[in-house]
Amino acid sequence: MNLMAIKVIYLNEMMRFWKTLFQSVASPVISTALYFVVFGSAIGSRIENIDGVSYGLFIVPGLTMLSVLTQSISNASFGIFFPKFTGTIYELLSAPVSFYETLIGYVGAASTKSLILATIILVTASLFVELNIAHPFWMLGFLVLTCISFSLFGFIIGLWADNFEKLQIIPLLIITPLVFLGGSFYSISMLPPLWQKVTLFNPVLYLVSGFRWSFFEISDVGVGLSLLMVLLFLSVCIAIIAWMFNTGYKLKQ
Amino acid sequence: MDSIISIKDLSKIYNTGFEALKNVNLEINKGEIIALLGPNGAGKTTLISTICGIVSPSSGTVTVGGFDIISDFRKTREMIGLVPQELTLGAFDTVWSTIRFSRGLFGSKRDDAYLEQLLKDLSLYDKKDSEIRALSGGMKRRVLIAKALSHNPKVLFLDEPTAGVDVELRKDMWKIVNKLRSQGVTIILTTHYIEEAEEIADRVGVINNGELLLVEQKEHLMESLGKKQLVIDLKESVKKIPPSLDKYNIELTDDGMQISYTYVVKDEEVEISDVLNEISNSGLLLKDLKIVQSSLEDIFVDLVKEK
Repeated sequence: MNLMAIKVIYLNEMMRFWKTLFQSVASPVISTALYFVVFGSAIGSRIENIDGVSYGLFIVPGLTMLSVLTQSISNASFGIFFPKFTGTIYELLSAPVSFYETLIGYVGAASTKSLILATIILVTASLFVELNIAHPFWMLGFLVLTCISFSLFGFIIGLWADNFEKLQIIPLLIITPLVFLGGSFYSISMLPPLWQKVTLFNPVLYLVSGFRWSFFEISDVGVGLSLLMVLLFLSVCIAIIAWMFNTGYKLKQ
Repeated sequence: MDSIISIKDLSKIYNTGFEALKNVNLEINKGEIIALLGPNGAGKTTLISTICGIVSPSSGTVTVGGFDIISDFRKTREMIGLVPQELTLGAFDTVWSTIRFSRGLFGSKRDDAYLEQLLKDLSLYDKKDSEIRALSGGMKRRVLIAKALSHNPKVLFLDEPTAGVDVELRKDMWKIVNKLRSQGVTIILTTHYIEEAEEIADRVGVINNGELLLVEQKEHLMESLGKKQLVIDLKESVKKIPPSLDKYNIELTDDGMQISYTYVVKDEEVEISDVLNEISNSGLLLKDLKIVQSSLEDIFVDLVKEK
């Protein structure tokens, strides 16, 4: 295994993050603060507690997931799309690096960035609400699995996309609606029965529900099912990438 | 000489159905410089991209240093450095970070002393901390060479290394290539510029429509396929060539002041002294004469037209 190559790909990707550190930190801090002002204070003050948890506190896991999902996809997709776009991908393809080593470098960096982001959001949230995490180990486990899974998904989008429009279309038209409709800011028990059933088809529900359970021990679906769905999504992403790598899809002619 | 790259029956058909390489066979020797000439779309870039691992072959085999490029890709790619045709660099990277990245990709341990020397050799050291976007086209080309050499490759591929660069830089490149050759690096370059092949290559290969038409020692190629032209200025204008010279296919210029006779050097039937005697005996009054040797470019154009 070419560990040196994994290291330089990882560090090169992380360097982009450090170069734009201010935007990287300021953006999630500001948006988290805005969500708390709007949802936590303005609207949240008029909403009853949900399963004994104040609304401001209730939205913390959903808010974290919203950012983690979108940033994981964005970081990983851009990370591999950019060398394709600029042509520097030739260097990766002609180096003694396997596709899997390339994947570990890119996805590792994208996941790390998302974990840093999640930490920033949780620290910012703790300034607004008193945050107690019931199961820190599970919380970390769900977070890491989600970061990796959605970074893999982002990597797939980055490989698939031929242009910037394609790069944006899935996060914008599919992921964001799924996150908003996946119980990030509400419990599905607040929905009419029909919509509760429809929401069960939304994979993001399981991520948010499991993650929220690790904080407050309340969930829309069983925590085992949540874990299973995350692992299933992870497996599907790995299978798609394995197929892409084996066939050289959009990488090699 | 030992072969370092062995290409056997290599073919490449793209998904579009375009056949870019047709049963190419080629042996490249250690330490030589081989120039691949060919018009646009001839298959030059596909050939080197296949050897480097960027393009998958449809059939055939390629070995580098005795290792197969597919099954032993790590070993073959460790030996290879590639300078691509396009100036493909990360605009916001510094020169130093990008060459360190390249070295790391090839699994080589950090060696700042080597990289610093490399930058000095390429006159890039003072640009070490500059961002790529701030460099001129010529400097970017040098950065690509530095990246390709960052892991001490045994084989260097230069894909149109001097395309779009000025004459001065082109000559600098040739110096760099000669220096690398003296260090034992095998160099394969593709080029449009015949003068480039003429200047630096040991052997010349001509590719057209995916076929390797020939590979010859440069001097041998020019000797065997090169034409010479005997050009004679006349003292007085003539309207037609004397009948005694008909058998030699001599051409007369429109103003009647110059005749020329083209012959192939390797043609043993041609005795230039016989031709000169015949011309002298024909009554033509000679003012001056010169012999013009055909260049590689002429040979290349003839070959491509022929096929």
